[in-house]
Amino acid sequence: MSLEQFKNRNVGQQQYRMLDLGKTPETSWGKFKQVVSRSLKVELMIGLGVTFGIMIRTLFRGETHTIRYPFEKIPISRRYRAIHEMKRLLESGHYRCIGCGLCEKICISNCIAMDTRYDENQRKEVSEYTINFGRCIFCGYCAEVCPELAIVHGDRYETASQQRASFSLFEDMLTPIDRLKQQKEYPGFGAVSPHADENIKKTPLAY
Amino acid sequence: MIHEVTWVGAAVKALIALLLVSAVAGFGTYIERKVLAWMQRRPGPAHVGPFGLLQLAADGIKLFTKEDFIPQFSNRLIFSIAPVITAGTAFMALAAVPIFPDFTFPEWIPLLGGVFVPSIASDVNIGILFILAAMAAGLYGPLLAGMSQQNKWGIIGAARTAVQFLSYEVVTGLSLLAPIMLVGSLSLVDFNDHQAAGIGSWLIWQQPLAFVLFLIAGFAETNRTPFDLLEHEAEIVSGFVTEYSGLRWGLFFVGEYANMITIGILASVIFCGGYSDFLFIPGWLMMGLKVSFFFFLMLWVRASWPHIRPDQLMWLSWKVLMPLAVVNVVITGIVMMAIG
Repeated sequence: MSLEQFKNRNVGQQQYRMLDLGKTPETSWGKFKQVVSRSLKVELMIGLGVTFGIMIRTLFRGETHTIRYPFEKIPISRRYRAIHEMKRLLESGHYRCIGCGLCEKICISNCIAMDTRYDENQRKEVSEYTINFGRCIFCGYCAEVCPELAIVHGDRYETASQQRASFSLFEDMLTPIDRLKQQKEYPGFGAVSPHADENIKKTPLAY
Repeated sequence: MIHEVTWVGAAVKALIALLLVSAVAGFGTYIERKVLAWMQRRPGPAHVGPFGLLQLAADGIKLFTKEDFIPQFSNRLIFSIAPVITAGTAFMALAAVPIFPDFTFPEWIPLLGGVFVPSIASDVNIGILFILAAMAAGLYGPLLAGMSQQNKWGIIGAARTAVQFLSYEVVTGLSLLAPIMLVGSLSLVDFNDHQAAGIGSWLIWQQPLAFVLFLIAGFAETNRTPFDLLEHEAEIVSGFVTEYSGLRWGLFFVGEYANMITIGILASVIFCGGYSDFLFIPGWLMMGLKVSFFFFLMLWVRASWPHIRPDQLMWLSWKVLMPLAVVNVVITGIVMMAIG
């Protein structure tokens, strides 16, 4: 593939053709002739036919463009970055977060605040974890940097609320323990791609 | 057998016309939204009631409970009267319009038993002239409404009203002249009786040009889409109704829809056979079907065609349609003389 093909930004089949509109009439007799021909041609009636056909299709074949939003929703893109979710380990039910602090470090709008301590087993425990959604720009760096796939962007995009605190605590984002069975490895932002094993041929250092 | 028209019959007919047309005018808004939506691949109003039928009630409640508001710097008296002129003239025109065939109340009905209800509330001998005059007087509604506001959109809307209605009154009158010559009467009942012999006797076959001209002029008179210059949102916000809200705005709306129905009835009675029975279909149903078709045609055209500029509108009216109408009248006259 040559460079020219990459530089061609005109996306499409390039099968354009000019409409044959004819010349704009200059004399009043020419204008009159144009009006008469346009009136007597069936173009206007064809327009009526098009709308009538669409009406029939809408009525009897259900071809509408409308999504009755609160009752039906279209699937969002897998790359969509909505409100964060904290995942649990499927085996133990413990949260995946190891308290490494990478997400807090990488966050460019400084909206993640976390605090960790050692618990009685000398394991790192997350004692505080909040995301200030007033500041969050949903860039996705936290999900991308997380080594444990603990924080991911979920699919909860209806974020209208009376107080943003209802989204932002660790417990709110964490998968509820009784719904652990339903926890899905959301294939969204921050998750591994489906064919990750096949796609990774070399270690990152080799690039 | 000739029935005598009593004042009770006329009053009943007037009541029927008033109730029916205002109900249909209200229902028409629902139909219009539905049809437009279907033609644009949308479902239309669908949430209030079954199939969105109660949307009408929701809109009505909204209109009725809105604050009655007269904006600053407007002429209070004229601002208040203008919507009444539109709605009033629209219903006045219906007085001389036949809506259904004659009927007599059965004897068993208390009070009204045996009362003969004519097809027309008052069969004045200048029927069509009266209807055209009443509808033409309706132009004072938008005109005064626009002029009474301290609002440039209102003024432009009013100016466009004057331009459009004056242009198209001429075409309406001239296009109806040829059928009037053929029938020899201005009463719509005579028009109906003239075409009672079946589909072959409809005047649309003898006067196709007049029919098309009348439809075009009717679209302009009812302010429908190819000619909706008066309140075209993309250009002049809402034209003469910019500062209206609530019930006053609703009166304009009802007037416009009543005018649409009047034009539909006129087109059916003058050109398409009116309320005569057709094969097995009774006359009142036939009338309903025809008026529904013309009503649907207006919505259909609105969904399909773009609207035109004011200068194009006047050009079309004065330089194309009016000469055509005159030529039509002359040719009709010559043919009538030749046939005798």
